[in-house]
Amino acid sequence: MLFSISRYDPDKDKKPYMQDYDVELAPTDKMLLDALIRIKAIDDSLSLRRSCREGVCGSDAMNINGRNNLACITPLAGLREPVEIRPLPGLPIIRDLIVDMSQFFKQYHSIKPYLINNDPPPETERLQSQEERARLDGLYECILCACCTTACPSFWWNPDKFVGPAGLLQAYRFLADSRDQATSERLDDLEDPYRLFRCHSIMNCVDACPKGLNPTAAIESIKIMMLNKTV
Amino acid sequence: MVKPVNRIITGAHYGLRDWLMQRITAVMMAVYTGSLIVLVAVYRPEGYEGFKSLFSIQWVKIASLLCFAGLCWHAWVGVRNVLMDYVHPMFIRLTLQVMCIVALLGYLIWFLDILWD
Repeated sequence: MLFSISRYDPDKDKKPYMQDYDVELAPTDKMLLDALIRIKAIDDSLSLRRSCREGVCGSDAMNINGRNNLACITPLAGLREPVEIRPLPGLPIIRDLIVDMSQFFKQYHSIKPYLINNDPPPETERLQSQEERARLDGLYECILCACCTTACPSFWWNPDKFVGPAGLLQAYRFLADSRDQATSERLDDLEDPYRLFRCHSIMNCVDACPKGLNPTAAIESIKIMMLNKTV
Repeated sequence: MVKPVNRIITGAHYGLRDWLMQRITAVMMAVYTGSLIVLVAVYRPEGYEGFKSLFSIQWVKIASLLCFAGLCWHAWVGVRNVLMDYVHPMFIRLTLQVMCIVALLGYLIWFLDILWD
């Protein structure tokens, strides 16, 4: 199978270039990550992140034939050849397919991704009704692979000011949590022309999310919450 | 290079305000367009004179002006969004924003001139 993979070694290369690989795959190679591991066995200078190999850790997010996805859950069958593999767009490349995710995580941390509740902790746990818990479905499943955020042009142009779809999905995850008491502060923190409102609902994030989540819907929900608070 | 996360405090509320205004003006324009189609279907104006007499009705003038003002506001928010996304050098952005405001104000005055000729 033919692959064309973006290569970049900051010590040697001025800019990234594409390197072709023609690889004989084994019948057991079902997913793109299997093929990449096989390529790495041939050329151990190829660098990529991977860990769980089952779509849970989010390490092997990359741009595959123009779309962001996780290599470990992308079936080889059906991929157009040569399979063009590039690092996630919009983030600095450290080497080959490895990008520097610091900016992504800085934005994620900026929304305070933890429960804020000043009541004394109860003896057992903070209980929720089934309906309250159900509101978190479609939000808590995010694995922070950055497929959505790096597919978002608003994040490409303003990565220091726009939180990005992944961070905003998590912001809504805590806004929607019945146990969280910082709703007002969280909404205030997102209220400026950039942090939330750079989202123009183009829905690249929904298209890119390998977990089938909908950050655009979460972002719209935050805007409605903000509106209800203001009006 | 990783940049620090910035929250723009200046004009903090114009994020929500402009987002809301863009939706309100969109509804205004949709209602106006629908009403205009009905009006034309009912009055069946013929030629320039027909349309001129239709737009000489006072409430049609006022509705048209409100719609056009809404269109200008809608366009301003949209253009400023594009400039905020793509044009980062402050001087160039400011120049383009001023040009946009001048153009929109010009169109509004021109529109008034046509309606209240």
